Amino acid sequence: MGGTSDILELARDIRNMRIKVLVAKLGLDGHDRGAKVVARALKDAGMEVIYTGIRQTPEQVVETAIQEDVDVIGVSILSGAHIPLMKRLMNLLKEKRVDYIPVFLGGSIPIPDIEALHKMGVDKVFLPGTSLKEVIKYTVEAAKRKRGYREWRDLGNY
Amino acid sequence: MEGSRELLRSALNGDKRALGRLLTILESSPKKAGEVITYTLDKEPDAHVIGVTGIPGSGKSTLISKLITQYKEDNHKIAVIAIDPTSPLSRGALLGDRIRMQEHATDPSVFIRSVPTRGVKGGLSFSGVAMIEVFDYVGYDKVIVESIGVGQTDIDIMNIAHTILVVTTPGLGDDIQALKAGIMEIGDIYVLNKSDKEGAEKTYSYLEFALESYELGVKRGWTPKLIKTSALFGWGIDQLVDLIEEHYKYVLESGLYNEKIGRRRMLMLKLLSEKIFMSLLEEYFNKGIDRDILRKYDLYNASIHLIREIVEKLIKYGG
Repeated sequence: MGGTSDILELARDIRNMRIKVLVAKLGLDGHDRGAKVVARALKDAGMEVIYTGIRQTPEQVVETAIQEDVDVIGVSILSGAHIPLMKRLMNLLKEKRVDYIPVFLGGSIPIPDIEALHKMGVDKVFLPGTSLKEVIKYTVEAAKRKRGYREWRDLGNY
Repeated sequence: MEGSRELLRSALNGDKRALGRLLTILESSPKKAGEVITYTLDKEPDAHVIGVTGIPGSGKSTLISKLITQYKEDNHKIAVIAIDPTSPLSRGALLGDRIRMQEHATDPSVFIRSVPTRGVKGGLSFSGVAMIEVFDYVGYDKVIVESIGVGQTDIDIMNIAHTILVVTTPGLGDDIQALKAGIMEIGDIYVLNKSDKEGAEKTYSYLEFALESYELGVKRGWTPKLIKTSALFGWGIDQLVDLIEEHYKYVLESGLYNEKIGRRRMLMLKLLSEKIFMSLLEEYFNKGIDRDILRKYDLYNASIHLIREIVEKLIKYGG
């Protein structure tokens, strides 16, 4: 019966941490149903979710993450352009010294591409069929990890 | 470890990462927030705070995006505090005001921050007000506060913004709606947005009549103005900016500027006290409360007893 206590623990963590997540659609692709479902699920789990709408550039996503000081970035891409777009995004995060923010990616990602995405620093790739509970659980864990990073803590602990 | 002072210095030099971080500190730790604000009070405030309120869906975010474009052209630095509601059930929030302003996301002279209400009555939380102080300190000279837009509970915004815009749209009801108390009494400038839509002329004349009938509306030498815009098509934006600047000139000349700053700081003090007290109260009810308290005292004295215990604990441990 570990399931119930798992969920209770998750709920307590979310409540105590006030987790802030950026959900973004990257590139020229208007299919936002998936991103909206994830944004809503994270909100209903008790997180503060910034949704930026469709057709965002990597520059816009990174700037938004900085101004909103988010814990986790979730990106949705269904256009097939995930490799160049994510490469750009991950490089920008490094350039702006915010690569301590974990990034997860969801969408129609071919399995052979997953390794390349991990190599460029994408923390997690969610494929079609992923349960919302899985996404919520991962987001909490990623937020905890981010708040443990030294570079981030040096920017003013509280 | 960087302290608040170093973060403020970096933010003053244009480091948006440091500024973003500072704003989170305001939201998270009352003690550290107090430290940050104490530093900012060293400087004379000089930012123009513009409050934008009006019902959900009236186009506030889109209108603000157009204002940003205009103010950027005039070399202003613009900060936006976009307030959205927190769900009372899940305590989560979906912050979507940014969607309409994302074209400015990468602009070095613009900073946009979404702020969830986190259950604060009136919609304006301590951190929302404190953010105004920080934006002013680091050099943003136009600070726009977008409220959640439930009219009558937005009165806090009126108390601290220098210029208040009330945004409305055609087709929301008849002249009686326009005459209802509350929202029609707080604005310096009334904006009939979406005036490309049917019925705009009719709504305009209703509003005109409502404003004329309010003797109350005349606040010490400023007669509330009414203007038609369409943020989507960019109609009336130049004129709206002119009106806002005309009002700001009045604010500066009439001495209202400093009066509002005084009120803003008092509100900040009140909201922070409330926040500290409420969190201790909640903690008490979650674990510390004596379950037999209602047997020992009557209801009124039980409350007083509880308050005394909280205050004593605060004094002893410093919060």
